[in-house]
Amino acid sequence: MTPLLGVLGAPLLGAAILAALSGYRLSARVNIAASFVAFASALLLFVDRPAGGRVLLVDDLNVVFIVLSTFVGFTTSIFSASYIGHELETGRLTPAYLRFYHAMFQVMMFGMNLALVSNNIGLIWVAVELATLSTVMMVGIYRTHEAIEAAWKYFILGSVGIGLALFGTILVYLAARPVVGGGMDGMAWTVLLAHAAGFDPALLDVAFVFLLLGYGTKVGLAPMHAWLPDAHAEGPTPISAVLSGLLLNVALYALLRFKVLLAACPGGIAPGPLLITLGLVSLLFASVMLYRRRDIKRMFAYSSIEHMGIIVFAFGMAGPLGNFAGLLQMVMHSLTKSAIFFSVGHVAQVKRTQRIAEMGGLTESHPLLGWSLIVGVAAIAGLPPFGVFTSEFLVVTSTFARAPLLAVLLVLGLLIALGALLLRVSSVAFGPVRGPAAPSHASFVPMFAHLALVLIAGVWLPAPLVAWFQHVAVLLG
Amino acid sequence: MSTFSIDVANTLAGFLVLASFLMLYQVRLPALLNMLGLHAFILAMAVAWQAYAQGAPELYVTALIALVFKAGVIPVALQRMVVRLGIHRELEAVTGIGLTMLAGIGLVALSLEVMLPVTAHADPLTREYIALALSVVLLGLLMMVTRRNAVSQVAAFLSMENGIDLAAAAAQGMPLVVEISIAFSVLIAFLVIGVFLFRIRERFDTVDVRALDEFRGERR
Repeated sequence: MTPLLGVLGAPLLGAAILAALSGYRLSARVNIAASFVAFASALLLFVDRPAGGRVLLVDDLNVVFIVLSTFVGFTTSIFSASYIGHELETGRLTPAYLRFYHAMFQVMMFGMNLALVSNNIGLIWVAVELATLSTVMMVGIYRTHEAIEAAWKYFILGSVGIGLALFGTILVYLAARPVVGGGMDGMAWTVLLAHAAGFDPALLDVAFVFLLLGYGTKVGLAPMHAWLPDAHAEGPTPISAVLSGLLLNVALYALLRFKVLLAACPGGIAPGPLLITLGLVSLLFASVMLYRRRDIKRMFAYSSIEHMGIIVFAFGMAGPLGNFAGLLQMVMHSLTKSAIFFSVGHVAQVKRTQRIAEMGGLTESHPLLGWSLIVGVAAIAGLPPFGVFTSEFLVVTSTFARAPLLAVLLVLGLLIALGALLLRVSSVAFGPVRGPAAPSHASFVPMFAHLALVLIAGVWLPAPLVAWFQHVAVLLG
Repeated sequence: MSTFSIDVANTLAGFLVLASFLMLYQVRLPALLNMLGLHAFILAMAVAWQAYAQGAPELYVTALIALVFKAGVIPVALQRMVVRLGIHRELEAVTGIGLTMLAGIGLVALSLEVMLPVTAHADPLTREYIALALSVVLLGLLMMVTRRNAVSQVAAFLSMENGIDLAAAAAQGMPLVVEISIAFSVLIAFLVIGVFLFRIRERFDTVDVRALDEFRGERR
């Protein structure tokens, strides 16, 4: 149990310590240290995997998400140190709020890690709710009009979503009770999976619809996405990075767990058409909306909706290839999008605005920042040789083989998004210098680490990783 | 299990739906919050009756939590907040009460239509509860979309949570740990709300959420 103790205990202990610390330098370091301990413990899970119990579980499906989540949490804490330092200098954050921010950051990491390692469908729900509430508080931390509006919207829509998800969870329990009996057994995912064949399919179907709407709201699927762009644009950028990179993944992961349950119950509806429809709607809607964006963080938030659409679409197509592509896309999107937000955060700080029209010539005034933004956008738009290209290519080819018409729509969405992203980023990165040209104190290490991983994954995926992805893809049905 | 205990259980759950309807048309905030307290009180009674009928003593804890926090602390705290915000005399512009009530009736019919067939094999003590719980959830959602005042939206949210609590109580033998953590997260959610109500007031000089709409990020 030791690695799990690190994954869950480090953020919790970190939150408690950080709530008491007030100095900026010290608390930023403690934040990084706590995130690092969690990441190191997560790596240990590969060698020393604890036996699952009724409450916690580490299996093939979640182990990579735990590592990914703690890794992005760790790099974000490094980015956050330099970002928040700048915010303190400009006076957007006061020291009192700083303490709150750091403590909440670790609470959020705890919530997400707990959701990932939990074997209990009720506990997953509680953990996602905890992570949501802590991010709500952080989105509203600047206390501007826009920030408060964004936080309120996020809170109301998030609560509705999470409420529906809880109702779905209760229905799953009801479906399971006649077969596995009540108590903790009736909520343990592994027990549910073992007995899923005997569940009442009609009840499980209704439950899945509630879960899809509920957790789907948190994934940011259109038409339940309204909270997402605001929450990304108005909160501190490290939070945008973890929202896009991690929280959406965690909600989708919860949904996948239930999809596996549904697949194990003969007579249940096929979740494929539902997922494909929601995925395509999100993809097409978000890629068209990308053209009208004037705020740079908001634009990348729409790009997250677009990618979540692709991922859900891939899981809807299912089959070993579809699931493989979906898993790969989840990992690649998470790494790339958080790297982009790291760079966008610094860009917005040096330009003192988030409006695309007021920034320009970034490659001239801040070459390193500008070029890393270009590389990140090229990666997220699905250009080779990056990892996102590999996974999107897989989604498209596997769809062409089975449903050519859907593939046409998919490619259309991808191309529209590509055009929009290149159009907007070229106006930011090239042309005459607009906005202030003061040097930045950016921390490039997290950004480069993420982009390097994405590049490596695009050129060469290690064989064990491929084998692991294939194995999990089969599990997902 | 006697038909009597099932009848009482169904009556209590029916009362909860009725309380949701009572909340739908309140235009004054203090009255709305009183109804919220009543709503939670009925919930506590319904959960306690489930505890008795199922012979599940741990549900008494759930009922007690509902009685103390949801029917006591939270409505009283919200009332005080409303007074401190100085909006206790304001009339809320709720458009189309008649239409809203009709929509509410439609939602109740919908949830009975959806849930009763799929739970046909379930325990009779569970079956109607789940269907009525879904009605309460949907009525809460309806209230959330028809209201323009942040405090009313919070009340709607809490009534929705009550519906979910009812479903959890009816799902026999759901682990108490889960229920306690759910109650706990609702409490945290409530604290979050409190903080935001004051921030909204501080920034916008009103808790009418229409004021928020004008500050969409794109329209700067």
